[in-house]
Amino acid sequence: MTVTPAEITTTPPAWRGFQGGRWREHVDVADFVATNVRPYEGDAGFLTGPTERTTALWQQLVALFPEERRRGVYDVDPHTPASITAHAPGYLDRDRELIVGLQTDAPLRRAIMPFGGLRMVQAGLEAYGYQLDPLVEKIFTSYRKTHNDGVFDAYTPQILAARKAGIITGLPDAYGRGRIIGDYRRPALYGVDFLIEAKRQEKASLDDAPSTLDVIRDREELAEQIRALGELKEMAAGYGFDLSGPARTAREAVQWLYFAYLAAAKEQNGAAMSLGRTATFLDVFLERDLAEGRITETEAQELVDDLVIKLRIIRYLRTPEYDQLFSGDPTWVTESLGGMGADGRTLVTRTSFRYLQTLYNLGPAPEPNLTVLWSPALPEGFKRFCAQVSLDTSAIQYENDDLLRPDYGCDTAIACCVSAMRVGKNMQFFGARVNLAKALLYALNGGRDEMSGAQVAPATAPYAGDVLDYDTVRAAYDRTLDWLAATYVDALNIIHAMHDKYAYERIEMALHDYPVRRFLACGIAGLSVVADSLSAIRYAIVRPVRDETGLIVDYRVEGDFPTYGNDDDRVDQIAVELVESFMAKVRRYPAYRDAIHTQSVLTITSNVVYGKHTGNTPDGRRAGEPFAPGANPMNGRDRHGMVAAALSVAKLPFDSARDGISLTNTVTPAGLGATRDERITNLVGILDGYTDAGGFHMNVNVLDRATLEDAMAHPERYPQLTVRVSGYAVNFVRLTPEQQRDVVSRTFHEST
Amino acid sequence: MTPSTTAATRPDSAAAWRTASGRVHSWDLSTGVDGPGTRFVAFLAGCPLRCLYCHNPDTWRRRDGAPTTAGELVNRAARYARFIGRSGGGFTASGGEPLLQSRFTEALMTGARSLGLHTALDTSGFLGARATDTLLDHTDLVLLDIKSWEPQLYRTLTGVPLEPTLAFARRLAQRGTAVRVRFVVVPGLTDDPDNVAGVAAFAAGLGNVERVDTLPFHRLGADKYERLDTTFPLKDVEPPDKALMDRVRAQFTAAGLTVT
Repeated sequence: MTVTPAEITTTPPAWRGFQGGRWREHVDVADFVATNVRPYEGDAGFLTGPTERTTALWQQLVALFPEERRRGVYDVDPHTPASITAHAPGYLDRDRELIVGLQTDAPLRRAIMPFGGLRMVQAGLEAYGYQLDPLVEKIFTSYRKTHNDGVFDAYTPQILAARKAGIITGLPDAYGRGRIIGDYRRPALYGVDFLIEAKRQEKASLDDAPSTLDVIRDREELAEQIRALGELKEMAAGYGFDLSGPARTAREAVQWLYFAYLAAAKEQNGAAMSLGRTATFLDVFLERDLAEGRITETEAQELVDDLVIKLRIIRYLRTPEYDQLFSGDPTWVTESLGGMGADGRTLVTRTSFRYLQTLYNLGPAPEPNLTVLWSPALPEGFKRFCAQVSLDTSAIQYENDDLLRPDYGCDTAIACCVSAMRVGKNMQFFGARVNLAKALLYALNGGRDEMSGAQVAPATAPYAGDVLDYDTVRAAYDRTLDWLAATYVDALNIIHAMHDKYAYERIEMALHDYPVRRFLACGIAGLSVVADSLSAIRYAIVRPVRDETGLIVDYRVEGDFPTYGNDDDRVDQIAVELVESFMAKVRRYPAYRDAIHTQSVLTITSNVVYGKHTGNTPDGRRAGEPFAPGANPMNGRDRHGMVAAALSVAKLPFDSARDGISLTNTVTPAGLGATRDERITNLVGILDGYTDAGGFHMNVNVLDRATLEDAMAHPERYPQLTVRVSGYAVNFVRLTPEQQRDVVSRTFHEST
Repeated sequence: MTPSTTAATRPDSAAAWRTASGRVHSWDLSTGVDGPGTRFVAFLAGCPLRCLYCHNPDTWRRRDGAPTTAGELVNRAARYARFIGRSGGGFTASGGEPLLQSRFTEALMTGARSLGLHTALDTSGFLGARATDTLLDHTDLVLLDIKSWEPQLYRTLTGVPLEPTLAFARRLAQRGTAVRVRFVVVPGLTDDPDNVAGVAAFAAGLGNVERVDTLPFHRLGADKYERLDTTFPLKDVEPPDKALMDRVRAQFTAAGLTVT
C-alpha cells in the first residue's frame, strides 16, 4: 500500500463522518461501535488474497521459525528488564511493514520480565543457554522484591502442601497472571491525551475521600496508569508516531490500537494476553477510508494481515516446564469476532471476515486465538464462512453469544479461552484450577495423597468398608471439597494481593474504567472423571484395593454404570451438581478486593499433566492416564455421537460456571457429510443447535486421524498444522509426544 | 437442553404405535452420514444379509438387541427434536435391516413424524415387500443400498438374491418416494465397470433418485469381528484409491445422476 506525502499532509479531521454523541464526551467505545457499526450480511465473496508484499513479509518470519522451534527460543535479551519504553524500536522489514512495533528491538527476541518473579526468568534463561545480567540479578534480589517473593512470604503451610501435591495447580504465583484485556481501541478513538485527562478526573474523584488503605491504593494505581499512558506515547514516538490525538485514518487506527496492545505485551508476561474485540471497531475506520477512496479492499486486507502478523509473533520467555504444561508457547492473543448487538442487528462486519481471512492469507496458526461469538441469529453468510474456516483450518473456537449478552452486554470479549469480560469494564483474577479427581481420592484416603501417601488435607477417617457406598463417599467428598475451596480461595487472595502490589498491570488497567469490576476466576479439572467415578460407585459395585499401609490405591468395578457424555441424566446430573456445589463452596470465602467469585470448567492442556499426577480412579481410569480436557466426556466413553456428548456438556449450568465451560470436539470431514457444502451446512446446524441448547463453548477440529499420525511421524511436513486443544489452539508439531498421543486418542467422531 | 413443548413435538400418549416393541441394537446422533443433517439414528437389531464388507456385524442377530418399545425410543428422539429442528436433520431407522422388524419400524416412523421430524429409512431393500404403505407414507426418504448389479455377485456379496431390492426400488419410484442410492465400492468385487454401469443405469431410470452416495470400502469394523470371534472376510482387501472412486463416481455422473 502506498501513502503519498500529499495524503499525509492533507490528513482529515479524526472524527469526520462518525455518528452518535455520548462516546464523544465520555470514554465509551461500546457506544461508538453501537452507533457506527455497519453490519455486513453478505458472504465471503469480497475478500482478497495476500499481496506479494504480505507474503514476502510473512515469509521472512516463517524462515526464522524452524530455528526457534529447534532451540526453544530464537533470541533473548538477558540484560534489559522489560517495560513499555525499555527497548529501542524494532522492525521486521522497515520497507515492507505497514504496521510497526516489536516487543523488543528485534523480531522473536524475547524480553525478561522479572517483576513477576526472578526465578522464572533465571530458569527460562538457563534452559536456553543464556546468563542473566548480574546487575539485573542484584537489583531483583537486593533492592526490588517480586510478585513471586511476595506470594511465598504469605503462603500458609496448608497452601504449600496442596500446591506441592498437585491438588491446586497452575497458580500464577511465579509469573504474570494475565487474562486482563485492556481496551486497546481507546487510544485509536480518543488519542492518549483524552485518556490521560479522563484518568486525572477519575483520580480527582478520590481527592475528598478519606485516605483508607483502599483509597490510597486506588490513587497510587491511577497515578501509575497515567504514567503508563505517558510511556505509551513515548514508545510510539520512538517509532515516529504521535499518539496524543485520535487516529485519522484506518492505517493509523490499526497502528494506534496495536501500539496500545504492544505496550501491554512489553510490560506484562501475562499467562494470557488477549486482544479484545477489535475487528468491528476497526471496521468503522476501514469502511470510512474505503468510502473515501483512501484505500482499496486489497489494502484494507493488507492492514489486517499486517496486524495479525504482529500478533502471531508475541513471545515470552518461559520455562520448558511451562511450555510443556500448556503445549507449546501459547500467548492467548484472543480476539472475539461476530456476536449480536443490543438493537438486534449483528456486530458482524466485513472486517470480521477479514480477520478470518488471515488464516488463508498467512496460513493456519494458533495465534491470534480467533473466537467467534456465535448466535443462531448471526447472518448466514458469516456462519457459513466460519464453518468453512473450521473445516479448512481447525483454528477457531466458538462461544455462545446468547448466553453472554444478557449479563455482559454486547461489548464483551473473551480473555484467554472462555473467560468473558466487558471490555474496559471487567477484569479477572486468574485462578487456574483445582483437581477434583484427586480430591475424591483424598476423601477416600482420609486426606492422604494416593501417590505419595503424604497427609495433605486435614486427617479424617479413611473409608473403611469393602464396597464404596455412594452416600458415605459423597459426604466425605463434600467435606474434602470444603477444605479445598477454603485453601484455594486463600491462595488466590494472596496471589492477587501480591500481584497488584509488585507487578501491577499499569497500561492494561489504564485502558479500563475506574472503578473496575473484578472476578475471582476459580476453576475445576477432572469433572468427567469424578462424575463417572461417582456414577460407578452409585450404579455398579466398586471395591477399593488397599496397599500394605492401608492406602486405597485401586478399585475393582463390577457391573455397568452410565457415563457422562451420553445425555444420560443419571450421571449428567452428578456432573451438574458437582459444578454447582463447588461454586457454592467457593462463594463462602471472601475474595480479595470484593471480587465476584466465578468458576471455569477448563483445563487448558493441563489435563495431561493432571492425569499424570493422579492415581487410579473408581471409574476405571488408570493412574497417570490423562483426564478429558475441560468439560469433555472421558475419551471413548461417549457412545452416542458428538451431539449427544455436546448436549451432556450443555447441561452444565452457566450460572455456576460464569468463567466458561470448555468442550473440544474432533470430527473427521466425512463425519460432517459427503460434500463440502453439506459439511458447512451441517457444522452450522450443529453450532446453532448447541448454542440453542445452552452450550457455552466449542472447539471444532475437523481432522483425519491419519493426518495427525502422519504429522507425528513427519513433523517437518506440517509446520502450520493447527489443532484446537482446549480454549485455544496449538501448533500440533510443537506438542510433546505424550500430548500428541492424547490428541490422537481423543474420541474422533467418524462416519462408521 | 430444554424440551420443546410445542404441539408438534408432544407425543400423543394414546397413539397405538407407542406400544409396538422391537429389538434395538443402539441409537446414535450422527451428522451427514445417515441422511441429511444431524439425525437421531435407531439401529435395529437383526439382518438377513451377510455382506462380506459389513462393518456392523454386531447388528446381525435380532436376539442380541435390547427389547424396546417404539414409545421409549421415540421419547428418546424427542429429546433431540429441538436440536434437530435448529440444526436441520431428522430421524433415521437403520440397522441391521429395519424391515426385518417392519411393524416396529412403521411404529417408529409414525412416532418420529408425530414429532415433526423428517424421516429416513436405511435399508438393503431385500425385505421391501414387508414395508407397508403406511410405513412408506411416513417415510420422507429411503437410503437404498444397491450392492451390486450382477445377480450372482449380489448373492456372493450378501447371501441373498438381488431381485427383491430392485422390485422395492421400482415400487418406491412408482410411489414417488425420494431415494438416495448407496453403493459401496469394494476393489475387486463391486468395482467392475459393467457392474457399476448396471447400477447407474437402473438408478437413473427410476426417476426418484435424488442422489447417489458412493462409499469407499473401509476396514474400520474389523475389530468388531475380532470381538465376535469371527473372521472379517475382506480383512486383506485394501480400501479403494482416489482414482478408482473418481472413476466410479464418473460412471454415475455419466448416467445423469447427482453423485457424492
